[in-house]
Amino acid sequence: MLPHHLRNLAQLRGEVELEVEGPVTQRSVLDALEARYPMLRGTIRDQVTRQRRPFLRFFACEEDLSHEPPDAPLPDAVASGAEPFIVIGAIAGG
Amino acid sequence: MSQVRVLVGTRKGAFILTSDGKREQWDVSGPHFAGWEIYHLKGSPVDPNRLYASQSSGWFGQLIQRSDDGGKTWHQPGTPPGEPSAPGPPTAASNKFVYDASAETGKPLTTHQWYDGTQRPWEFKRVWHLEPSLTDPDAVYAGVEDAALFRSTDGGENWKELPGLRGHGTGPEWQPGAGGMCLHTIILDPSNPQRIYIAISAAGAFRTDDGGKSWKPINRGLRSQYIPDPNAEVGHCVHHVAMNPSRPGVLFMQKHWDVMRSDDAGDSWKEVSGNLPTDFGFAIDVHAHEPETIYVVPIKSDSEHFVPDGKLRVFRSRTGGNEWEALTKGLPQKDCYVNVFRDAMAVDSLDQCGVYFGTSGGQVYVSADAGDNWAPIVRDLPPVLSVEVQTLP
Repeated sequence: MLPHHLRNLAQLRGEVELEVEGPVTQRSVLDALEARYPMLRGTIRDQVTRQRRPFLRFFACEEDLSHEPPDAPLPDAVASGAEPFIVIGAIAGG
Repeated sequence: MSQVRVLVGTRKGAFILTSDGKREQWDVSGPHFAGWEIYHLKGSPVDPNRLYASQSSGWFGQLIQRSDDGGKTWHQPGTPPGEPSAPGPPTAASNKFVYDASAETGKPLTTHQWYDGTQRPWEFKRVWHLEPSLTDPDAVYAGVEDAALFRSTDGGENWKELPGLRGHGTGPEWQPGAGGMCLHTIILDPSNPQRIYIAISAAGAFRTDDGGKSWKPINRGLRSQYIPDPNAEVGHCVHHVAMNPSRPGVLFMQKHWDVMRSDDAGDSWKEVSGNLPTDFGFAIDVHAHEPETIYVVPIKSDSEHFVPDGKLRVFRSRTGGNEWEALTKGLPQKDCYVNVFRDAMAVDSLDQCGVYFGTSGGQVYVSADAGDNWAPIVRDLPPVLSVEVQTLP
């Protein structure tokens, strides 16, 4: 699930469904997302360091996964497609 | 009949204002990229329908947008409009600004001075200014924060740093101004394709005479009390520089404080603030046909950053500086507390030169008679970051 501005950029409506090969991790999900929607490269992770942009957070299954290692497996419910992996703008600026 | 197209970047999107040569009735298109900061957009002088825009966000970073139809439609260079690319390596690297630290072509990525005097590594943040080539619509320069100069030769799809600027030796003495350590001014010399001027807050002005391979600081004559050596070679907070294309060796500068002039391509500067009510400001520009006629908008500082006395006044000098007159007709003369940012003033090249500027209060004003009379084109946009104008046949 992507923030409004990123859905607009990629000309998407609603949630994105992705086929991910191999272990389902933050890195593999975001790699698959950027491969399918290259216009999103650099908007979620830095183009060079691949670090999460500081004002974005990653949530899933009511957990904040922002600080989990990028290669840690995501919850089974995300891998199976039952629950979304949510990219969300951190609340900032009022 | 001639037309003008005014390109306005704001804190929350881009707007395009068009009119005929009378500049009385205006069509407003936008917001384009609603909700995003548009630091700058500018058209190619070779192909006026080719526009480049810098779109950025604290959340999502930097994007480059391009239009090939005068701003009706936009796309990120490298990504076909409306088409998700096939799986595989992404094609849209148009926002990939990577400092060149390679052994072959680059310079080591050094540190620069932080606000507290400590050293910090260079880190890309955003594009402040896009300057399309004077001869090739696919070539465009980008001035970025942290300060460096990039160039694309494929319509904005791929960017390569001109590392000689960042690496020429004084980088560790550069420091950010209040808005960040940004390269905000790029001036291409129409008479000499090898010569480019740039300016950085707070490092100063620089010039290359070999197409960007090597650079030298051009700050002799600048005096800044807020640095340990007021006459230092670098460290000056240059806010903007302007040039009339018919006289490319003559430059006018709005520094943090002081309006300056150089008659020798920046080798030396002298102050021409004269009778201005305050010599602080951001924007400066030169009349399209009268190279000794210049415009500034004095701002009260150091902390207020709005126009003095609640009056929005453009000051014009017809003598290349020192003697200034206030231009007030049509501008608010009470209870006005706006700022005019460095890239938010422009001139058209119609016979009767038009002057334009945008404010932090969201107004864009036009004068169709070189500053004698002013009128708002729009009053209620988001804060205006940049104004450019294209004069179309």
